[in-house]
Amino acid sequence: MALFTALVIWLLALALLLPAWLGPWGFPEAITPLARQIDSRMTLTFILSGVIFLLSQFALGYAVLRFSRKRKEAASYVTGNDRWEMLWTTGGLALFIGLSLASYSAWAEARFDAERHAEGDPNRLIVEVVGQQFVWNMRYAGPNGEFGPTDPQLIDDSMGNAVGVDRSHPMGADDLIVPRMALPVGREIEIVLKSKDVLHNFFVPELRIKLDAVPGLEGRLRFTPDKTGTYEIACSELCGLGHYRMRAFMDVMQPAAFETWLLEQAQYLQ
Amino acid sequence: MSQTVEYTEVERHTEPKGFVNHWIFSTDHKVIGIQYLILAVVAAFTGMALSMLMRIRLVWPDRSYAFLETLFPVGAPDGVMTPEFYLAILTMHGTIMVFMVLTTAPQGGFGNYFLPIQIGAPDMAFPRLNMLAFWLTLLSFLTLMAAFFVQGGAPGSGWTAYPPLSALQEATTAGIGQDLWIVSIAIFCIAAMLSALNFIVTTLEMRTEGMALMRMPLTVWGWFTTAVIGLLAFGVLLAGGILLLMDRNLDTSFFIPGGLVVSDRLIDREGGSPLLWQHLFWFFGHPEVYIAILPGMGIISHVLATFSRKPVFGYRAMVYAMMAIAGLGFVVWGHHMFVSGMSPYSAVAFSVLTMAIGVPSAIKTFNWIGTMWGGRLRLDSPMLYAIGFVSIFVAGGITGLFLGQPALDMYFHDTYFVVGHFHLIMGVAAVLSMFAGLTFWFPKMFGRFMNEPLNKLHFWLTMFGVYGVFGPMHFLGTLGHPRRYADITGVNYLAERGSAELHYFITIAAMILITAQFIFLANLLWSLFAGKKAPENNPWEATSLEWAIPSPPPYDNFAGRVPVVRRGAYDYSLPGSAKDFLMQHEPDEMTQEPATRDVR
Repeated sequence: MALFTALVIWLLALALLLPAWLGPWGFPEAITPLARQIDSRMTLTFILSGVIFLLSQFALGYAVLRFSRKRKEAASYVTGNDRWEMLWTTGGLALFIGLSLASYSAWAEARFDAERHAEGDPNRLIVEVVGQQFVWNMRYAGPNGEFGPTDPQLIDDSMGNAVGVDRSHPMGADDLIVPRMALPVGREIEIVLKSKDVLHNFFVPELRIKLDAVPGLEGRLRFTPDKTGTYEIACSELCGLGHYRMRAFMDVMQPAAFETWLLEQAQYLQ
Repeated sequence: MSQTVEYTEVERHTEPKGFVNHWIFSTDHKVIGIQYLILAVVAAFTGMALSMLMRIRLVWPDRSYAFLETLFPVGAPDGVMTPEFYLAILTMHGTIMVFMVLTTAPQGGFGNYFLPIQIGAPDMAFPRLNMLAFWLTLLSFLTLMAAFFVQGGAPGSGWTAYPPLSALQEATTAGIGQDLWIVSIAIFCIAAMLSALNFIVTTLEMRTEGMALMRMPLTVWGWFTTAVIGLLAFGVLLAGGILLLMDRNLDTSFFIPGGLVVSDRLIDREGGSPLLWQHLFWFFGHPEVYIAILPGMGIISHVLATFSRKPVFGYRAMVYAMMAIAGLGFVVWGHHMFVSGMSPYSAVAFSVLTMAIGVPSAIKTFNWIGTMWGGRLRLDSPMLYAIGFVSIFVAGGITGLFLGQPALDMYFHDTYFVVGHFHLIMGVAAVLSMFAGLTFWFPKMFGRFMNEPLNKLHFWLTMFGVYGVFGPMHFLGTLGHPRRYADITGVNYLAERGSAELHYFITIAAMILITAQFIFLANLLWSLFAGKKAPENNPWEATSLEWAIPSPPPYDNFAGRVPVVRRGAYDYSLPGSAKDFLMQHEPDEMTQEPATRDVR
C-alpha cells in the first residue's frame, strides 16, 4: 500500500507537470515586446514553482514509502524544529515576494503609463473599443485625428452609431465605427476601453493583456505589435447569455495597407 | 498531581423526549452537526449533478435529454440545454458548492459536532442560537433552489453576481431568480454570523479545566479561526446583497453608473459604480476561501498526527500560520480585481500581500510533511485522504504563484487556468479533508466503521478523477480559453489548438469522478446500518477528548463528569510511555510505567 501510494502521488505530479512543459498547449505566439517580457516572467515562475511542486510531491511520497507501518523502529517524538520553521518562513517569504517584484516592471509597462496619461509616442494610434452585449465596436478618430464628443442619447445601433458620436460636431463627423480592428505594425497603439451596458473584457492572447471594459470608466492599454496577422478578441468577462459569441478580430497589417484600409472605411462612411 | 484521571462535575443536561425534539428541532450540537452534514451532502450531490450537466452541454451541445425537458421546460426546450440555461446551472453550481457545501460541512457540520467535545464542553454556548442558525441555513438553501422554478429561472450572472449584469432586469433574463439568489445569500450570511459568534464564545468560555489555548487540538483552532473570519466577512456580503437587492427593486443606483444603454435603450439611473460591488464581494469572497479550507487544515493536521503516531510538527507554527492566513486573508481581495479596471498601482500592494499569504500555506505544507517524517504511518482511509489533501493542496496552491502576479494574471484571469486553480485548492482540497474527517470520526459518531476497501477504491478513483478533471483545465488556460462560455466551438484560436479534445477528456474524467462519489454515498448509507461495529471508545488510538467517551456520545457528551486536561493534543510516541499515545486527560505518571519496547 505504501509503495502504491507513493508511486501514484509521483505519477500524478508528473502527469500534471510534464504536459505543461512538453505538451502542445503552450502560449500562442507573442506579438509585442511587452508580451515577450511577460513570457519570460512566466518561464521564471514556471521553473521555480515546478521545482517546489516536484520537491514537495516527492517528499510526500517518500515519507509515505520510508515511514510505513512495516518500519521496525517506533515513531520518533519530535514536536518541531524552530530552525526549519525559520528556514521555510524566510525562504518562502523571499521567494514569493521576489517573484512578485520580478514581474513588477512588466505590469508597470502594461498599465502605468497609459493610466497616468504619460507622454508616449506622439505618433501613437488611439483606438476606442466599446463593448456592448454582444459585440465590440471600434472607433477611429478619422482623417482629422480627433474624436468627436459622444452622448448616450445619440446611440442608435440601426443607424450605425453604436457609440453615440455627435455627427453634427466637426470632430465627430468623420469618426469611423467599425466591427473589426485594424492596426499598423510597429506603431504604438493606445486602446481606450469602454462599455455601454455591462462588464466586458478585452483580451487578445497574443498580446498577453486583459482589461475589463467597465461602464462609466475608461480603461487604457498601450502596446506596440511587431508581427502582422489576424488575431481574435474574445470577451473574457461574463456579460450575459451571448458571452460565448462576443468576439471580434484584430488585423495587424503593414502601415501602407493600414492607410489604405482607413481610406476605404472613410469612403464607406460617406 | 495525582496518578488517576480527574474529573470536573458539571450539571447534567436533561435529554429531550420524543423523536421531533430529539432529532428535528434539536438544540444538541451533535444533532445539529449531523443536520448540517446531511444538508451538505444533499447540496453537494445537487451541485455535482449541475456540473455534470455543464460538462455535457460543453461537449455535446445538441443532445436532447427527456428528463431535462420534464424538469426545466424553459431552460431545456426539447431536452436541449440553451446557453442561458448553461449560465444558470453554472451560477447555481458555484453558489451551492461555495455556500451550501464548503461553508456548511467543515464548520457547521464537523465543527458543531466535535468542537464542544474536543474542548470538554457539554454543548455549544448558545444551543438555541445554534438551532436557529441551522434552520436559517436550510431556509437559505430552499430559497436558492426555488430560483430554478420561478419565471425566468435561476440567475445567470455567476456566483459572483457582478453588476450591472446582475442589477439590471434589461440586461439578462427577466424574473425574480436573481432576487431569490440575493435573499438566499442574505439569509445565509445572517445564519453564518450567528453560528460564528457561537463558535467563538464556546471556544473562549467553555473549555474544561486544563484545556489551555495552546493545548487545543488544531481542529479547534481551525474552527475558531474560521469563526472569527466568518463573523467579520459575512456582514460585508450581507450589506452588498442588500444594496444589490435595492438596485434591482427600488430603482437605486449603488452599482449602476449613468448613461447605460442596453439594447439601444437608455437606462434612467446614475451615480453608481460596478467596482463597488466587486470590492464588497471580494472583501467577503477571499476570506471565504479560508472559511472553506481552514477547518480542513485543522482536520488534516489532526489526522496526520494520529496516523503517523507522531506529534504535530511545529504545533505553535501551525497555530500562528492559521492566524496569519486569517489576517492576511482580509487584505488580499484585490487580486480578484487586477484586471477589473481598478487602479493598477493598488494592484502592486495586493500582489505583494497575496504572495505573502503563500508563506503560511507553505509553512503548513512543510509541517504536514514534517509530521509524517520519522513516524510510523498507518495507511487507513482517513490517512489516505489526508495524504491526498496535501498532494492536492500543493498542486492547487502552486499555481497561485502565477495568479498572484498582476502581469501574469492578465493572461490567466477569467480563463480555465483559474477554474482549475480554485477547484483544486478550495474545492477538492476542502472536500478531501471532509472525507478524511468523516472516515476518521464515523466510528465515533455512529459506533460503526465505514467499509475500508470501498473507501480506498473511492479515494484512488477520486485522486485520478480530480487530476483528470482539473489538471487539463490549466492547459485550456494556457491556450487562453475564457471561462463561462456556454459554447466552446466559436473561438478560432481555441478550436485550432485542440481545446475540444481537452474538453472531451475532462468530461470523461468528470464521469469517473462522479461515479466514485456514488460509491462513497452507498458506502456511507450502508455503513450507517451495517458497518463493522467499532469495538471500543478509541479505535484509532487517538488522544483528543472525543475518544474518551462512548460511541456514539451520550446526550451531554460527558454525562456530567468532564475530564481534566493534563497535556497537549498530540502526545504520540512519548518516550518512556507504555503505549504510543497518551490521551489529553491521562496523567503524566502513567509515563513512568516500564517501556515494553525499545524507544530511541
